[in-house]
Amino acid sequence: MTLALQTFSTVKDANMALQAAGTRYLGGGTLVVRAANEGDVSVSSLVRVTEPSLSAIAVSGGETRLGASVTMAAIARHPELAALAPAARAVGGPAIRNMATVGGNLFAPAPYGDFTVAMLALDAIVVTEDGQVPIQTFLAGRDASRAIVTGITFVLPRAESFRFLKVARVKPKGVSVLSIATLLQRAADGTVTSARIALGCMADRPMRARAAERALLGCRLTAEEIAPALAVAGEGTSPITDPIASAWYRNEVLPVHLGRLLLA
Amino acid sequence: MAKVPVQFTLNGSEKAEFVDSGTTLLHALRDKIGDTSPKGGCHQGTCGACSVIIDGELRLSCLTLAETCNGADIRTTSGLAEAGVLHPLQRAFLDAFATQCGFCTPGMIMAAKVLLDHTANPSREEVVEALSGNICRCTGYEPIIQAVLTAARANSQNAA
Amino acid sequence: MELRKSYFADVRQNGLNEIGQPRPRLDSPGHVTGKTAYFADRNFPGMLHLKMVRSPHHHARIRSIDTSEAEKHPGVVKVLTAKDVPHNVYTILILIQIGPEDETVLADGKVRWKGEAVVAVLAETERAAQEAAAKVKVDYEVLPAVFDMEEALKPGAPLVNEYHGQNYYLYDSGECRKVRFGDVEAGFGQADHILEQSYQSSPIEHAPTETTGCVVAPEGNDRFTCYTNTQAMFFTLDNASIILQMPGSKLHFVGGTVGGGFGGKVDVIVEPIAILGAKLTGRPVCFIYSREEEMQISSPRAAEKVVIKDGVMMDGRIVARKVTGYTDAGAYSRHSPYGAQKGAAHYPGPYTIPNVWIDTYCVYTNRTPSSAMRGFGVTIGDFALEVQMDKLARLIGMDPLEFRFVNAYRDGDMKAHRQPTEGAALIECMQEASRAANWPVAEKYMAMSSYTKGA
Repeated sequence: MTLALQTFSTVKDANMALQAAGTRYLGGGTLVVRAANEGDVSVSSLVRVTEPSLSAIAVSGGETRLGASVTMAAIARHPELAALAPAARAVGGPAIRNMATVGGNLFAPAPYGDFTVAMLALDAIVVTEDGQVPIQTFLAGRDASRAIVTGITFVLPRAESFRFLKVARVKPKGVSVLSIATLLQRAADGTVTSARIALGCMADRPMRARAAERALLGCRLTAEEIAPALAVAGEGTSPITDPIASAWYRNEVLPVHLGRLLLA
Repeated sequence: MAKVPVQFTLNGSEKAEFVDSGTTLLHALRDKIGDTSPKGGCHQGTCGACSVIIDGELRLSCLTLAETCNGADIRTTSGLAEAGVLHPLQRAFLDAFATQCGFCTPGMIMAAKVLLDHTANPSREEVVEALSGNICRCTGYEPIIQAVLTAARANSQNAA
Repeated sequence: MELRKSYFADVRQNGLNEIGQPRPRLDSPGHVTGKTAYFADRNFPGMLHLKMVRSPHHHARIRSIDTSEAEKHPGVVKVLTAKDVPHNVYTILILIQIGPEDETVLADGKVRWKGEAVVAVLAETERAAQEAAAKVKVDYEVLPAVFDMEEALKPGAPLVNEYHGQNYYLYDSGECRKVRFGDVEAGFGQADHILEQSYQSSPIEHAPTETTGCVVAPEGNDRFTCYTNTQAMFFTLDNASIILQMPGSKLHFVGGTVGGGFGGKVDVIVEPIAILGAKLTGRPVCFIYSREEEMQISSPRAAEKVVIKDGVMMDGRIVARKVTGYTDAGAYSRHSPYGAQKGAAHYPGPYTIPNVWIDTYCVYTNRTPSSAMRGFGVTIGDFALEVQMDKLARLIGMDPLEFRFVNAYRDGDMKAHRQPTEGAALIECMQEASRAANWPVAEKYMAMSSYTKGA
């Protein structure tokens, strides 16, 4: 057995080929080629698609669609996607960002997948040929997913309502201790009227901090008022333990970093 | 074992080879074409020693399949000197003692080359960011950063 | 760069041509053009790839090994087990009469650490070797393991390595290396203060950018060329000669530029088995560690524990020092008996102390075998000693730098292992450090010299 690559011009044809045992989809290669290099012999066939729409970025009003093959570098340099640039730049070094894709990031196991944390905070919709799925539903079932993701859609946040933080021990490029994305709507007096908080590395895949979101409603962003939200930030988490940090450490520092992000 | 044809331009020369499907560009360059300047340090996209420039963009050849590079313009450090004259980056690395064991050097130079191609006068922060995907375990980052800044100055003086 | 010629002016030569002059590195032109040849830049037609089947257990008996499926796998040329290795039990320091031979090239009957090499698979491609390695079946009976040095030294601890018979290296001096100088108990009796502290460290991986490996090519005349990134060329050649039971004249070793070593490439691990593979197949063979193997399999710096007990006078003199050092060798000796011995010689530190007692133990546990790394046996000891010096200075309310001047060794002082001090320059280094760091000390210390006592 060897590793064989099949190239298709349409997603439809590639989806057919992907049904065969031992077959995986090749996006930027940063996950699947790495696995093959490291001796993962469970994959014997790779499938890729050259359809140009997969690399398209469309921004119209607030509605945004990123093709699954759009790279982190393309997002980071796109003038209309400035709000997402910090999340895109959080992925790898320059070479990785030229390769790593939006679609691949959806499948990246912790401690990777920082960009998807941002997508989760934005409640993005994941698009396949079968239809559209909320990102949270998609992430829950991603291990069994067999349909090629063609893109992701979301409402582009206003810059002041969206914040992203990646915590790493090495600057400027290190693997995540954790990452946090927040989308907050606030009333004229500064109180939070809606909150979405997404966390990376606090489980095997990006997750929402629901308890902290609820506790933040009606609060102004002061150290005193956000304290109850920080106290429950770790509710429902089951962080990974890896060479970067233990689960215990990640849980300990999560409220600290969430606090810094909210007060920034 | 199915062989597939690959054909691309390497440092300005046409190259054509048959490789096993699934062969990485790193192995194709090193084992088939004989350009050993890209190095295999981790084969997982972490160390940057295998960095090459594909169609003007920095890529990791260890995670790129050779057969996806058909028709591409590929540049490596071995092709940087012209007619035996070192590129300003090579000169600066040499003068600034920016090499120790040398294993990270070809990748570092590729990362720096892409930066200087797009940014004539980079700040120190931009240099650090550009090199952030490349690991030097002899911990010689400071001379490397200085070498890139020196090369940028030399470039802009030549252009002036 | 600035040379301070005022120090040791009487022995300093003027008119030096090289010192103080920048000179280009000889290897730099090759590095910046990508032309420097590392071992893995050699490629031979028909080269086989070697992949190792490794122990998933920290300590286990091997009941059986079944390689039949792996041998039938397409692309596989040869599968090697312990019985194929002519002299399977070895130890690298046997070359300088430090035995017993205690480590297997390929595991025979037992594995003693997680990651130990058990079966070598040689195949046409890396992929085929990986696939076949996954088909090797090893039946293990898991045994109790010990990971802590103090636990390993307790009676009733699991025996890690039968070739030693106990969980420590037996020196000619007994269970540890010993230094005895003066009367340490009398020193403690006389001291104004006594401070006993423990220090410990974890294993440290060198993580060179170029992983450990070699490429072996048969020369067609029973001689084999081995391109390797070893840091210990003749150590490797001689040990390979013993393991393979081949005269050294049949082994042609080619070294050269190493892509980072830091002491991590002094063990003899990849070369003998790759040469054996080339010999038994008649084909070129490459055996190159994956990044994961480099991090998990190659020897790290040993974990160490250092217990230091000092007696100190209020005037700053250390009058007694007792050190017990433990070096975690992991499952096999490699360079660790030597590392622990270096510690014994080093432990008083660069200080003149009249009463010294040192015991250093080389301990076996079921952890990854440790070995050399930048100043091994000394570096962790220095960390412990200098932290201890700061604590002692604080204890008696003295400036930490002045405290070191009081105790610094100088020419003519007798060291604890009975080598008289000569060529000392610690006083002068600290004087310059005091200036450079803008950390002033009393004038009497700035007037001191390594040459003369007094002041």
